[in-house]
Amino acid sequence: MTGTEKTGLAVGAAIFLAAAFVPLLSGGYGLSLAVTVVMYAVLTTSWTLFSGPTHYISLATAAFFGLGMYTVAALIDVFPYPVLLVMATAVGAVLAALIGLATLRLSGVYFVIFTLGLAEMVRQLVTWVQTTMGTSSGLVVLTGIDEPMIYWQLLALAAAVYLASWRIGRSRLGFALRIIGGDEVVARHSGINTAHAKIALFVISGSVAALTGAILAPRWTYVEPVIAFSPMLSFLVVIMALLGGVHRLWGPLLGVIPFTFLWDLVTATFPNQTALMLGLCFLLIVYIIPNGFAGLIENLIRRRPLLAG
Amino acid sequence: MAAEPHTALSVRGVTRTFGGLVAVDDMSFELAEHEVLGLIGPNGSGKTTMINLISGALKASRGEIVLFGENVVGESAHAIARRGVARTFQLVRMLESMSVMENVETGGVFGHARRWGAELRDHARHNIARVGLAGKEDEPVGALTYIDQKRVELARALAADPRLLLLDEWLAGLNPTELQTGIELVEDLRSEGRTIVIVEHVMDAIRSLCDRCVVMNSGAVIADGTPREVLADDAVIAAYLGDAHV
Ligand SMILES: Nc1ncnc2c1ncn2[C@@H]1O[C@H](COP(=O)(O)OP(=O)(O)OP(=O)(O)O)[C@@H](O)[C@H]1O
Ligand SMILES: [Mg+2]
Repeated sequence: MTGTEKTGLAVGAAIFLAAAFVPLLSGGYGLSLAVTVVMYAVLTTSWTLFSGPTHYISLATAAFFGLGMYTVAALIDVFPYPVLLVMATAVGAVLAALIGLATLRLSGVYFVIFTLGLAEMVRQLVTWVQTTMGTSSGLVVLTGIDEPMIYWQLLALAAAVYLASWRIGRSRLGFALRIIGGDEVVARHSGINTAHAKIALFVISGSVAALTGAILAPRWTYVEPVIAFSPMLSFLVVIMALLGGVHRLWGPLLGVIPFTFLWDLVTATFPNQTALMLGLCFLLIVYIIPNGFAGLIENLIRRRPLLAG
Repeated sequence: MAAEPHTALSVRGVTRTFGGLVAVDDMSFELAEHEVLGLIGPNGSGKTTMINLISGALKASRGEIVLFGENVVGESAHAIARRGVARTFQLVRMLESMSVMENVETGGVFGHARRWGAELRDHARHNIARVGLAGKEDEPVGALTYIDQKRVELARALAADPRLLLLDEWLAGLNPTELQTGIELVEDLRSEGRTIVIVEHVMDAIRSLCDRCVVMNSGAVIADGTPREVLADDAVIAAYLGDAHV
């Protein structure tokens, strides 16, 4: 480990330790925002793990998240909660592997469309099953798990995701993904099994999203497809990740924190124009800060070498 | 199918079609270990397609490709790379967002010699130096000149410690001074006893570098022999100059 890595690790650990005290200092609205921030931190960071280096934009986050949430909601009376978390993770992994296998030959824009279409299909399917087999439009989730417990679980997951991403970034697999993002032909002729590498990362990313959905299920006492599979979630994850910057591990977090607050404000002010606002935010980010806040900060540091030293 | 132990590559009746076009037509030739083979022929005769077939970028429609005694037809490019086959591309392929160092390291991690960490860095640095790019390790490849990018590609292929090296017009587009440097570099590789297939249009390079030449025309072999023999062959002269000149 180099000196900067040790500093980074120490700073990261300090931030997590401080963040763990949030539920003790703040309840209600403050804690609710904190849960949202950590949730998006996990989702964007795991999304970036795959989509950052490969430039394959996935819009399937809502499908993973929703399936995870539904696994808990549907089976909460059958299995103990911890078992459900494991099951949700497995469901996410299986779905990701299937998507990966189906999209191996697709590239660029086709992958985006496929993931978006698939997420929509899963949503329709769950809605259909719910209305034909069930008696209501949603599921009741009654657990003893309160908001602080949800928050701490998410925080622990975030820590695990950051550590895992950091390890992967320094591993052969991480290097392989960057090479694939650069030129798949070079990757293959260098001996990289591009299909395996892509699927491996997509599975990690998808199972984390499913686990996040599972952890959040008790937040709502009544889970409906509209909440669990909201396509907005997939878009928000992409926007926040791009806003923060996908070239650095800590990049997405820089997008999540300001955007969660901004989005809270926007949805309160324009409750009926959220989709329009989302589109506007997306355009502004892509045009004004294509490399995200992380890119901006790094440029500033580069221009002022004194600060960097 | 007991191939001679010293045969590195044996191409047997390989055909590849694109729709109605037969790009490689029933090709057969052999390459012994430590041999440098020139694969030459007019534009569009199928040389790059042959390289793509050997390296697994394309699958043969028919025939066998035997690498170090094993038929590899149908294997994917990464599997063939792991058998120790490394290549360069007719149109240079750089990993634009990476440094010279990382571009070269790419070759050494996933092939048949799987290096990592300090060993990988030393190995990459060594190969960067031997293609004449010492000191440019940390430069982004986008900032390099064309010949330097070609050097990076060669270094990347060498970083794989290839048992068989495929060079597709690696000397094309160089000015006379650079060409001389380039030829000397390949000459060095040759004197190390490496096994190489060179696709080339530069005749001087072929004469000085190749032990043997296979000449292609319209996808088929029209001559196979020493450079001196094939370059004096009537069919070869006709193929290069057009039948009217014979
Ligand atoms: N992927 C492909 N799809 C369709 N046709 C192809 C493809 N690759 C090559 N061809 C055709 O196959 C023939 C042989 O092409 P190839 O690139 O192998 O020739 P070459 O000998 O390398 O030529 P050059 O000296 O110009 O590089 C050409 O007619 C070319 O148009
Ligand atoms: Mg060619």
